[in-house]
Amino acid sequence: MNILEVRELVKQFPGHRAVDRVSLSIPRGAFFSLLGPSGCGKTTMLRLIAGFEEPDSGEVLLGGENVNSRKPYERNVSTVFQNYALFPHLTVRGNVEFGLRRSRSTDITRRVSEVLELVRLTGKENRRPAELSGGERQRVALARSLVLRPDVLLLDEPMAALDPKLRNQMRLELKAMQRQVGITFLLVTHDQEEALGLSDQLAVMNAGRIEQAGTPREVYLQPRTRFVADFLGAVNWIEGVGVRSEAMRIERTPQPDIRSARGVVEHSAFLGDRLQVLVRMTNGEQAVAHVPRTGPGFEPGEDVHLCWNAADEMRFA
Amino acid sequence: MKLRTWFLLPAWLWMAALLAAPMAIVLAYSFLTRGTYGGIEQPWTVESYQRLLDPLYVAIYLRSFAMAAAATAICLVLGFPAALFIARASRRKNFYLQLVLLPFWTSFLVRTYAWLFLLRDTGLINSALLALGIIEQPLPMLYNDGAVLLGLVYGYLPFMVLPIYAVLERMDLTVEEAAADLGARPLSTLFRVTIPIAKPGIVAGCVLVFIPSLGAFLTPDLLGGGQTILIGNLVQNQFTTARDWPFGAAVSVVLMLLVAALVWTFLRRQSESIA
Repeated sequence: MNILEVRELVKQFPGHRAVDRVSLSIPRGAFFSLLGPSGCGKTTMLRLIAGFEEPDSGEVLLGGENVNSRKPYERNVSTVFQNYALFPHLTVRGNVEFGLRRSRSTDITRRVSEVLELVRLTGKENRRPAELSGGERQRVALARSLVLRPDVLLLDEPMAALDPKLRNQMRLELKAMQRQVGITFLLVTHDQEEALGLSDQLAVMNAGRIEQAGTPREVYLQPRTRFVADFLGAVNWIEGVGVRSEAMRIERTPQPDIRSARGVVEHSAFLGDRLQVLVRMTNGEQAVAHVPRTGPGFEPGEDVHLCWNAADEMRFA
Repeated sequence: MKLRTWFLLPAWLWMAALLAAPMAIVLAYSFLTRGTYGGIEQPWTVESYQRLLDPLYVAIYLRSFAMAAAATAICLVLGFPAALFIARASRRKNFYLQLVLLPFWTSFLVRTYAWLFLLRDTGLINSALLALGIIEQPLPMLYNDGAVLLGLVYGYLPFMVLPIYAVLERMDLTVEEAAADLGARPLSTLFRVTIPIAKPGIVAGCVLVFIPSLGAFLTPDLLGGGQTILIGNLVQNQFTTARDWPFGAAVSVVLMLLVAALVWTFLRRQSESIA
């Protein structure tokens, strides 16, 4: 069953339509991502689902029930805000307990210690947000929401405030945590790597609409629009056909039984885990190929053949 | 000397000449003997302080503290919602702030006299109510504790509104959304999130209202009509009509010490709860 459903949702702001007839279905227990550039309406979607904004038309259904008229405090969803929005005057424990006000006190103690163990903050109960690192603050925000066992946990760019190394680590932890607690996660992000790596399913948004929804593999390998193809990874456009940079090979001699285009190496960059080679094709356009660093290197000015398999071509109407 | 020292020099000189020196003089006077025609004479004595133990004067201290506490409480109850409203107004924030500051455009004395014209038996309010036939006798609105309290609240309300506004203005509003998101109703969010976060502003506002209320002499004099004697009036009387400078000085010194002790404990508790 779908825990969250959004039907034909519209949100109009003065001068622009932030969300334009969006429909979505998210199965219980799924890790779902809304991926798109800034200003595409993904955060507004989250705010509509949490109840901070009222839709102009359309429906939000939680567990099959229309929650349009319910206030944020009447909806069993919880948000991890981009800046975490921790209560600065409360300790870690105070923050995590905040939503448990109506529960029995022995229950509260147990649930708080359980969730703090889950996010590995045991021992920091009496710290205040100002005394925590960025990663710890994020974990407090997660714990504060998870302890309520929401139907859906909404995450608004939760990694944006972390430094890149920590971001990778937190990504893995977030995924493991979601598996462990079994709560439905709805993540909003502009980082395609994050969306691909974490989600069971994702939807790509652009200008208030959903361009495509599906599994990461489907959306990456069979993008339905040029926008989706471009947004999810580097694409080269050769005679109206899209080929991903990592599907390109560079050869010094013509290859049989394979698609190819001739060109001249303009620039080659060492990226650590791979080489990025910029090739000017004979038709004057540029293509970027990502090739293994273990293979041969390329010098500017070299004549080369760009090769790819027909199966890696992406075509659009 | 370092540049830093030079920059601080004017402030130090100002404080030494106009704050520290007068306070030292007041302290010295409080231990001297009253002169026949005002002023002070030898020998040194603690007589003025002994006289302060008279129940009459203790009562004045207590009444002043009660009055100042009441004025502070009323200012808080009126000022917090006003500050919240201004901080959250999407438009015309500056206009509302100007309204709060408007009274400062004219002299405090003139404004207090204006209250006199409003409240007295033949004043605007009583005349209007009499003319409308709502009352038959003028309401006794002037020359009582209520009038003094009104004057104090009126005079010091901006000092409550402004520091609270300053804190609420820069408060991160997503914190309130987070509270709602975690199931807190608006009133619960107000008491569990907004007010605790605004606490530094509330403390500052209370100190700024309480201290001048405690030492006020103009408001009780004009609106209390001499019926309500507060510490400020006592000090004023000793230096003017009673011509007992040492006693007036002693009253001031004790007031200063009490206020200093009070503020010090208050701020220390405040910083403890933050640390």
